[in-house]
Amino acid sequence: MSNLSPPEAHENSEHSAFLAHHFESHKQQFAAGKLGMWIFLLTEILLFGGVFCAYAVYRSNHPEIFEWAHRFLDKFLGAINTTVLIASSFTMAWAVRAAQKNQTRLCTVLLAVTLLGGCGFLGIKFVEYKSKWEEGLMVAHYFKPTPEALEHIKHLEADTAHLKSKPEEIPRNAGIFFSIYFCMTGLHGLHVIAGMSAIGWVLVRSAKGQFSSAYFGPVDYVGLYWHLVDLIWIYLFPLLYLIH
Amino acid sequence: MTSEIALPTDNYLTHTRGLWSWLFTLDHKRIGVMYLITITTAFLLGGIMAMLVRTELMYPNHPPAAQAKTMTLVPREVMSKDAYNKSFTLHGAVMIFLFILPGIPAAFGNFVLPIMLGAKDVAFPRLNLASLWLLWIGLVFFLIVLVFGQLDTGWTFYTPYSTSTETAVIPAVAGAFILGFSSIFTGLNFIVTIHTMRPPGMTWFKMPLFLWGLYGTALIQVLATPVLGITLALLAVERIFGLGIFDPKLGGDPVLFQHFFWFYSHPAVYIMILPAMGIISELITVFSHKHIFGYKFIAFSSIAIALLGFLVWGHHMFTSGQSILASMIFSVLTFSVSIPSAIKVFNWITSMYKGSISLATPMCYALMFIFLFGIGGLTGLFLGALATDMHLHNTYFLVAHFHYVMFGGTAVAFLGALHYWWPKMTGRMYSDFWGRVAVMLIFIGFNLTFIPQFLMGTHGMTRRYFDYSFLADAHPEIATYNLISSLGSLVLAVGLFIIPVYLIKSLISGRKAPANPWGGATLEWQCSSPPPFDNFPEQPVVGDPYDFSRIEYDEKIDGYVRV
Repeated sequence: MSNLSPPEAHENSEHSAFLAHHFESHKQQFAAGKLGMWIFLLTEILLFGGVFCAYAVYRSNHPEIFEWAHRFLDKFLGAINTTVLIASSFTMAWAVRAAQKNQTRLCTVLLAVTLLGGCGFLGIKFVEYKSKWEEGLMVAHYFKPTPEALEHIKHLEADTAHLKSKPEEIPRNAGIFFSIYFCMTGLHGLHVIAGMSAIGWVLVRSAKGQFSSAYFGPVDYVGLYWHLVDLIWIYLFPLLYLIH
Repeated sequence: MTSEIALPTDNYLTHTRGLWSWLFTLDHKRIGVMYLITITTAFLLGGIMAMLVRTELMYPNHPPAAQAKTMTLVPREVMSKDAYNKSFTLHGAVMIFLFILPGIPAAFGNFVLPIMLGAKDVAFPRLNLASLWLLWIGLVFFLIVLVFGQLDTGWTFYTPYSTSTETAVIPAVAGAFILGFSSIFTGLNFIVTIHTMRPPGMTWFKMPLFLWGLYGTALIQVLATPVLGITLALLAVERIFGLGIFDPKLGGDPVLFQHFFWFYSHPAVYIMILPAMGIISELITVFSHKHIFGYKFIAFSSIAIALLGFLVWGHHMFTSGQSILASMIFSVLTFSVSIPSAIKVFNWITSMYKGSISLATPMCYALMFIFLFGIGGLTGLFLGALATDMHLHNTYFLVAHFHYVMFGGTAVAFLGALHYWWPKMTGRMYSDFWGRVAVMLIFIGFNLTFIPQFLMGTHGMTRRYFDYSFLADAHPEIATYNLISSLGSLVLAVGLFIIPVYLIKSLISGRKAPANPWGGATLEWQCSSPPPFDNFPEQPVVGDPYDFSRIEYDEKIDGYVRV
């Protein structure tokens, strides 16, 4: 991610301590960092574009698989995770504002809360993965749902009654849904971990009091990244959990 | 020997010393030089693979009865089938991922981009170093495959073969994945540097055209490479976990892989050619000592190529069962790419018109580029047209077309750039005589190698054949074409091997280079050769990069000065 941290500072004054030697001004450095981050986000979107595209192709070719198989996903846990991530995006945005306003302590606390949100998301995701593992709901080659799991989806409440597919009729190649599910959520999970590492890094720097209204770039860049991770989940949740 | 702004005692090469000062440097010039060394090594490696392939193909493995006792220069079968498969696969993969893709942008782009902008460095120097390290790590993966493994998928890694073969697909794919990141980081760095670090007075249309080429390149690197990343990652996951996305047995679609792969790999050929076109724009105008013709057209055509390049990937799949309608649309779009390419060629030729042309080595490469790229581009039309492609698809016609564009285009521009900036990078002049000897040998050798390949392709020789005896029995001329092609590749190899000899000699005993040996007007010719550590002691004056009216030859220093 962005690369504009302090070491090669030449002058001793407080403001230039974090100005890299090849930039003329903080303004230029910030503009470069921000543009760099936006372009990086663009590459991330294209990276996810591949799996989204695979999703679109298979869903349009085999809508029955997606409709049948999504019943196994726990909408409640998915909704909680969505809420957790949106809340953590809010605390992240607030942390950027706190850094801009010289509220160093507040910034540190908010970053810590955001990090906790990330942990919570991963924790819930772990619970979901674990149950998929136990129910034999794995990628296509290893897709062997247990009788209990198949029995379970027959007794879901009325909200799935409008679906065309019947729970007891397993469509051919149904495992491809879980291939796509694990690819998309797995790739997203890796990005959550990357985002949490980045937040951890700015958290440490914030605790050391390195950010101020004159220099808050890294918090801002990490914030952008975290919002993207959040945004991708906002698409993943309905695409995978809320299929009609 | 002094130059305009002489700093004879301290330059970027002598500023600090020791191996560590190179491996962990943040200086874009040193990073550029290390890229150059790495990439040249990869070029050598890929070249050796190519020579092995050509040696194997010199004769059909089983002669017709009438020729059974004829003497041959090399044995009819110099290697096993597996070794042959490995050779052509690694020739492709190493040349594409380690030479042509990073070649010009990473080596020369890194060296000159900040200097052309009058800046001290690229926007993110540490990211720049990281991308070099990633290149090294990627290289290690390919070396592991080369030494310990076997690989026979071809550089395209098509499924379902690549998911079912027992060979070392995963290390190779991991290497390509890592090299992709290296490429993304370089592109990102260049876009940000060009946007935010131009000096006062340098508007977009006062940038040297090489920077427009790099900018177009960087756009593709950033927008296309992530798709390769996810494609290769899915391929690896498919192999390891039985994902099934590309496996028809499990409901997957192998053609989806081809779509994903070419969505990157077609734009990637513009990653390869755009910076080369940027180089040619510089060389033509500097060695004609005349203002570039049609600046804006050349600049915008770079961007047009970059964007159109995203819309034509389906022309690799005319025979893959794609719908006719899709094929027709892709075919039309493919033809549209030839418009901006031709705009460039016409502008280069017009730039030379009534110029005062000096045929120094870099200019010879530029002229060779125009000639060979012209052939490469025009033969591409036959492959972009649906009917002729049915016949020519996956034949040696395609192989020859690709090499005319990639070797005749990009690699020749790479050599031109090497000869153009060598005095700036090293502070030494090489022998122009030997430079031109090498140019002639490369030109003759290249055409001898690849013109016969066009012919054998039209006669039905398909690429990747290990043994074409059955073809040669029916069409004896195919054996002749292969023999000429293999002999031509030897001439080409000799031409290429002369280059390191006189370049290394120039380091030892070459004449010291003046600041501006060629009469260039871009900023890098204003700082000393080699440049000082910080590039410019004070902010240089920015003017028209192609205004040669105030640059004159000075006999005393055997170089050019501003008057």
